[in-house]
Amino acid sequence: MKVLVPVKRVIDYNVKVRVKADQTGVDLANVKMSMNPFDEISVEEAVRLKEKGKATEVIAVSIGPQQASETIRTALAMGADRGILVKTDAEVEPLAVAKILKAICDEEKPMLVITGKQAIDDDSNQTGQMLAALLGWAQGTFAHKLELGDADAKIEREIDGGLQTVDVKLPAVMSVDLRLNEPRYASLPNIMKAKKKPIAEKAPADYGVDIAPKLKTLKVTEPPKRQAGIKVKTVAELLDKLKNEAGVI
Amino acid sequence: MASLVIAEHDNKVLKEATAKVVTAASQLGGPVHVLVAGQGAQGVADAAAKLQGVEKVLLADDALYAKMVAETMETLILSLADKYDAILAPATTNGKNYMPRVAAKLDVAQVSEVIAIESPDTFVRPIYAGNAFATVQSTDAIKVLTIRTTAFDAAATTGGGATVETITPQADAGVSKVVLQELTKSARPELGNARVIVSGGRGLGSSENFRMLEALADKLNAALGASRAAVDAGYVPNDYQVGQTGKIVAPDLYVAVGISGAIQHLAGMKDSKVIVAINKDPDAPIFQIADYGLVGDLFEIIPALTAELSS
Repeated sequence: MKVLVPVKRVIDYNVKVRVKADQTGVDLANVKMSMNPFDEISVEEAVRLKEKGKATEVIAVSIGPQQASETIRTALAMGADRGILVKTDAEVEPLAVAKILKAICDEEKPMLVITGKQAIDDDSNQTGQMLAALLGWAQGTFAHKLELGDADAKIEREIDGGLQTVDVKLPAVMSVDLRLNEPRYASLPNIMKAKKKPIAEKAPADYGVDIAPKLKTLKVTEPPKRQAGIKVKTVAELLDKLKNEAGVI
Repeated sequence: MASLVIAEHDNKVLKEATAKVVTAASQLGGPVHVLVAGQGAQGVADAAAKLQGVEKVLLADDALYAKMVAETMETLILSLADKYDAILAPATTNGKNYMPRVAAKLDVAQVSEVIAIESPDTFVRPIYAGNAFATVQSTDAIKVLTIRTTAFDAAATTGGGATVETITPQADAGVSKVVLQELTKSARPELGNARVIVSGGRGLGSSENFRMLEALADKLNAALGASRAAVDAGYVPNDYQVGQTGKIVAPDLYVAVGISGAIQHLAGMKDSKVIVAINKDPDAPIFQIADYGLVGDLFEIIPALTAELSS
């Protein structure tokens, strides 16, 4: 079975984000960009399925600027077979991403789409679920463990208060949480090999998808800063402050 | 401008998250209806009817909704959607699971984790782990919002006099079913609405050492939380995780023990009223946001703190 893995190019998770002075967004100039950490987990899971003989082909898709091809290369170096870059310099909202992915699914007919549960830039946590709805497929979000059968999948999910296992019919969409696996580092030979793997270049219009945003960003601001307080020296002093100054115990 | 709030509950108890979303919905200006989808959830519907500001409660009571499976929630909510200008759910793992399906089928954007409502079409939401706030205006006919419950006060749980109307369940798509659910059993308050939270990080070193925090939490009637590092190390279950990708909390008192304070963790707790940090590294970033910092060995400080609270 084919497995499709969408990957997003985002600001690296170690970078301290700066809001632009004109309040139009955050400063992305000369900032280190990487694959969304959740998407690394998706790619890893897909590659493991291939290594176990469950998946026949792993396709990595990215929607974004030309540089998003580097993100696809990272997925290819980890073990994905080929890539599709849907090139656009515009900001693409989760719904439009889901529509493009749906069109790709109609063409490629994967049995499983594995997405990250959220991207660490817009923190939306929507794309996988929207894609599943548009396709009329089942979903297993925030996946902790996957048992893939031929016609169905058992997905253990991280939920408020514990874990839940859903049995979903294939084809399905799975969104991954942090503890599904530990993504590998690509080895040098695999990075070299990845350079020869094909990446098809497309545009949103090729899929007939209108990517015009439905939300207008009026402004992006810095959150109120929390001031550092004081250091106390002893447990007794701490308790005294909590009781008599803060009044919280 | 009528709003539909999707209730969060466990078929027995209406969760406080619902009362907070009702507050957010009230700020949109129109009448507020609440949908209770569950099994044997009449009591939940009755509780929702008492919430201040709720005009009508819709109860869909069927085995299909016992676990709020996303695919069945989608069809149920869609069957009601055309009567509303806004549909709201708490940004819990349930709300995050079903709401984007609803938005996609309505062909509208979802605004996730709303922290402020500026007007019926303009909302503030955190992005980049809360390191920036975006103010967005929706052009869609129906607004689909998930609400960060820590940002809104709960509506009063008494005094409301809504009617409860039973609605017919929708057909099951039959593509998904819950086969197992294991919830962490604990006598402590829930992380999401605890007044006090004691949270541990990698500094604890082992799951055995987390017991020490349990003793302190019991003294403070606190919930237990953890950093991602502690969860990944297997010290505690995943549902303890506080942070950008875990739970977002804002208790009156947050005690961070052996947590260095990565931005991803701070994203989940920096709106707490009072923050206490206990860490052996005086340069740990957690001290930059803590109201009270205590530098030292947590293995001495925590037992001493617990003992002092007992005396």
